Formats: sequence, structure tokens, C-alpha cells
Amino acid sequence: MGVTEAAFAAALLRPQDAAPSGLRNPEDAPAGRRFDVYRNNVVAGLSDALSSGFPTVASLLGPEAMTGLSRLYLQDHLPVSPIMARFGTDFPDFLGAVEQLRSLAYLPDIARLDLARRQSYHAADADHVTPEVFAAVPGDRLARVTLAFAPAVRLLRSPWPIHAIWLFNTEDDAPAPQAGAQDVLISRPDFDPVVDLLPPGGAAWIAALAAGTALGPALDNVQAQVPAFDFAPILALLLQRRAISILTITE
Amino acid sequence: MSTTVKSLTIAASVAAALGAVGVTTAEAQAKEKCFGVSLAGKNDCAAGPGTTCAGTSTVDYQGNAWTLVAKGTCTDIKLPPEADGTARHGSLEALTRDLPKA
Repeated sequence: MGVTEAAFAAALLRPQDAAPSGLRNPEDAPAGRRFDVYRNNVVAGLSDALSSGFPTVASLLGPEAMTGLSRLYLQDHLPVSPIMARFGTDFPDFLGAVEQLRSLAYLPDIARLDLARRQSYHAADADHVTPEVFAAVPGDRLARVTLAFAPAVRLLRSPWPIHAIWLFNTEDDAPAPQAGAQDVLISRPDFDPVVDLLPPGGAAWIAALAAGTALGPALDNVQAQVPAFDFAPILALLLQRRAISILTITE
Repeated sequence: MSTTVKSLTIAASVAAALGAVGVTTAEAQAKEKCFGVSLAGKNDCAAGPGTTCAGTSTVDYQGNAWTLVAKGTCTDIKLPPEADGTARHGSLEALTRDLPKA
């Protein structure tokens, strides 16, 4: 009599399996076709959710391959939260482990970019540090300034031209991507996330600041790798994008 | 690098950054919602699954779909006239023209 939740859930993801025995329709006959409709809706709904959550990946793969991969992913990755906006956080890692996608080695990082934009969109609001606050810090204390970033800020570093690939698949007249590593900053100055390409050293500098390193030591760290590094354009970008939420002058 | 020279370098970079931002903040960044100017499916908002706003406009210049534009420019945006020759303009409020057929 009846069906266990575990048997019901397991059968949901295996369309080749028969409906769990013990499932009855109102006429008290086995509810095979009703279960098939339900099973199809679950998989189709979640697979649509992945396509809209990873628009660049979906556009690179095309609808058929995207649906096939989504079905494969769902076998082992049912949503862990009822909030669909958070679904698919490990989809990028999953893509990296699929043997048939080896030739698209940049795909996991593109998925990370899609995910970061979505997380940025849904992140909490925060007050931002204005240029006036920065201007009020005495010059000899600037080296000891530490910064905290808004919850909507994401940093992505990749050996692939992720910004160019993303742009090429998002805007009609964007140039074709050229090989090379690219780092991006994702922020949310108004309502929608913005993706900015960072110059060499930019991501390392922001990462050092995000880890609590002060402006002076952070500059030293980056200049050890990129001697000509100047943080002025990146600080200007961070201020324009309202990405800095707290400024502290440490002792 | 001596501490003094380093503080000067940092102060110069911060000053350069503030200079670059000065002209683009405040007024220039103010935005307003502008109705009836987006192309079909281009009212993207990166919200992902579980939401309904991303690319939901289905006709060009849909009257009830909006796009953020620089403040003060919405009603000046140049658009092609409607099929019957009526001029199209952006609007700060939702419009009844160019709605998708029910």
C-alpha cells in the first residue's frame, strides 16, 4: 500500500523505469501515465531553469545539447533549495567533468560567469563608498586603507577569453574572441549586473584587497608580478560601479 | 621604494582615480525607466530561473517594457514611426502602443 518518498523520487529521474508500484489513479488502477506526465514536467521544468540560468552556455551549446546535458546533470543534482534562483551552483564543475565537452575547455568558466551574474543580481544591497569619502583620507594614510566589497561583487579569473566569449554571445556586433586569459569584475551599480574586463594585475589587486590586505601591501604584491601596474583605472572602475562598501584606515 | 615615495605613488594613483570618476558620477549616472524603446527580448535582467523579467518583451518597442536610459534622454530617443506613420517616442510611463497580440 502506497509508495515511499525515496522510491517516488528515484523513479522521477529515470524515464526508462516503470512508475513506482503502489501508485493508483482515482479509478484505483496503476497510475502509470499520470506519473509519466508528472515526471516529464519535473525534468522539463528543471532543464528550462538551467537554460535560463546559464544563457551563455545555452547559446554556445544550442538547445538540443543543452537539454541533453541538463537531463544528465539532473540525474545526480536535484535542487537542494526551493529557491530556483540558486539552482545549478555546481553546474560549472559538472560541465568540466563531462568527457564529451573536453574540446570546449572554456565552457566551465563561461558557466561560472553566467552564475556570477545571476548571484550578483540576487545579492543583498549595500551602501557604497563615494569618491568624496576616498578624497577625505589624508595622503600619508592611504597605504593603510583596507576595503570591503559589496555583496553583489564577483571576481572571475580565467585562462580563457571569457569576457570576449560572453560578449560575442550576448551582443550582436561584438568582435570574435581572440585566444588569451581574461579576468572580469562583476558588479551591480544600479539594478542589473555589469561585466567589466580587468587589465593585467587588476584581478590580483582586487583579490588582495578582498582578502583584507591594505592598499600599500596590495600594490607591492601585484607589482612583484606586473612591475608597471597602476591601480588608478581599477580604483576608478570600482568607484564607478559602486563596488566598495566599506573603507577602513588601519593603524 | 622608500615609504615616502610609496605614499606619494599611492596618493597620485588615488587622485587619478578620483579625477577619472569625478566627471562620470552623480548627474551623469542618474538613470530613468524609459518605456517603449527596447527591441523584442532585449529587456534582459540576468535574474535567471524562477523569475519572469528576463527578455520577456516579444515585440520591438513594446509599450509596457522598459529599459534604463540616462536621465533626461528618454523622450528624445529617436525611433522608427509606426506602420501607419504615427511618430514613436519613448515615455516615462507605460504606453498602450506596440503591445503583443493577446
